[in-house]
Amino acid sequence: MQEFLLGVVQQSLIFSIAVMGIYISYEILKFADLSADGSFTLGASVSAILIIKGVNPFIALIFSMLAGAIAGAITGILNVKLKIQDILSSILVMVGLYSINLRIMGRANLPLFAEYNIFSKGNILFTIIILASISVVFFTLFYKTKLGYLLKGIGDNENMIISLGINTGAIKIFAISLSNAFIALSGGILAQYQGFSDINMGTGIMIMGLASIIIGFNLFRKLNLANSSILCILGTLIYRTSIALSLKIGFNPSDLKLISSIIVIIALSLGSGKGMFKKKKILMEEKDKSISKLKKVGSENA
Amino acid sequence: MLKLNNISKTFNKESINEQKLFNNFSLNIEDGDFISIIGSNGAGKSTLLNLISGSIEVDEGSIVLNGMDITNEGEYERCRRISRIFQDPSMGTNPSMTIYENLSMAKNKGKRFGLSFLIDKEDEEYFKESLKVLGLNLEDKLNTPISQLSGGQRQSLALIMAVMGNPEVLLLDEHTAALDPKTSEIIMDITSRIVEERNITTIMVTHNIEHAIKYGNRLIMLHMGRKTVDIEGDTKSSLTKEELLSLFKNVSDKSLFV
Repeated sequence: MQEFLLGVVQQSLIFSIAVMGIYISYEILKFADLSADGSFTLGASVSAILIIKGVNPFIALIFSMLAGAIAGAITGILNVKLKIQDILSSILVMVGLYSINLRIMGRANLPLFAEYNIFSKGNILFTIIILASISVVFFTLFYKTKLGYLLKGIGDNENMIISLGINTGAIKIFAISLSNAFIALSGGILAQYQGFSDINMGTGIMIMGLASIIIGFNLFRKLNLANSSILCILGTLIYRTSIALSLKIGFNPSDLKLISSIIVIIALSLGSGKGMFKKKKILMEEKDKSISKLKKVGSENA
Repeated sequence: MLKLNNISKTFNKESINEQKLFNNFSLNIEDGDFISIIGSNGAGKSTLLNLISGSIEVDEGSIVLNGMDITNEGEYERCRRISRIFQDPSMGTNPSMTIYENLSMAKNKGKRFGLSFLIDKEDEEYFKESLKVLGLNLEDKLNTPISQLSGGQRQSLALIMAVMGNPEVLLLDEHTAALDPKTSEIIMDITSRIVEERNITTIMVTHNIEHAIKYGNRLIMLHMGRKTVDIEGDTKSSLTKEELLSLFKNVSDKSLFV
């Protein structure tokens, strides 16, 4: 059991770095970036191949981030410069990345078990906590900078940012680039953690990210934790735990995709305040209120 | 000084709906002018502002601002020198951010938006001073998100933010049209005070004939992309509502037979 929990926590923290990246495109820019699935694998394959070539695993991670940033920049350029719709430009990049990832790795699966990696020395959980903390600190500080506010402003009201004399197109490209850099970093860390890179390991990252963000923000918003990155971590923890639990209670791994879809649907319906149950509840409450109001008026009139 | 030289603009070119709005249109605006522009729907008022601000490009002609040709500059580049307030009060501010954050962004206009922190505690006094001008007690709500403000409050704030960067030209695009009559008067009053105080060259599009008469030193009536009335100075200040309405009627009646 303890081992089970430890594994979930470790994986959640690794995935949460990707979620912090997805948060930029999904929540801040309101940019439908599906290329996450591709850039996650990209980060993994770049790390894997570099480590096999004997590069220091930490430096390999930096290259993973760079590769992710380039992929993100391409999505951004397709959208901003070529005016291709956001969702379409990201799908195009995702599809293209599949071939690129295969080229980088040379085959569909690249084992790293024998190689020296970032987890070879020291406590695994400790290393992961350090990496996640660095990401949290980075984003916490970044969102307080002028550039960070520009990002938030573009998603909020692009018109206002243009009126500040800012080339919002360039900022968008940068933001999607930054987002994918962290998604790729997460992929690189996961490849080193699980000891292999696989062409399909990125599939579903986008959905996982959305689910984690929605869960994190809906459940913990009231905690008044103004820190979005910590909410991302909490959301990922809950999402990964529920996935792991469903495996534990006997679902097939092949059922996981359906389970994650259902989790996202539940989280979304709860979050919008229009969830099946919530709506009924609110309606009932309103009904009660209006009845008691009527009664009150009635008694006053009497 | 803002100069529009022989501007032409055609919409839906080479289609059945082709509409030539401006043809060889020229306008000379002096420093410190406060121009009201009126005209019926489709007269080209908003298009004129869009052409100046760069949100649509001119087909022919040039736009020169203080000696610099800005015809080929993108909208965001022109925004560094031209501020604009829209009819929709939600256009000028960032709804999820606080007043303080919005003002901080506006204050940084024209400077680099890099990796230094946006919020500077030392700005508080300056922001409070700037907001006091409005008389809406916004200075006590610095940490309130914009989404909780009313349309009038947002529009006033947008005005403060627009002039914070000392623009060379201020464009007002029916900026009181979405507000109730009383708020609309307050915003107009604030606008004219700020514009006068800072001597900003201003172009105001309005459907409110009274505002057009009361404010500004020059009045232009547009009709189908042409200036049908252009008066300033004493002629403008002695203009009555009846005179202007009859001019207006004159133009629209004629257009029925064009």
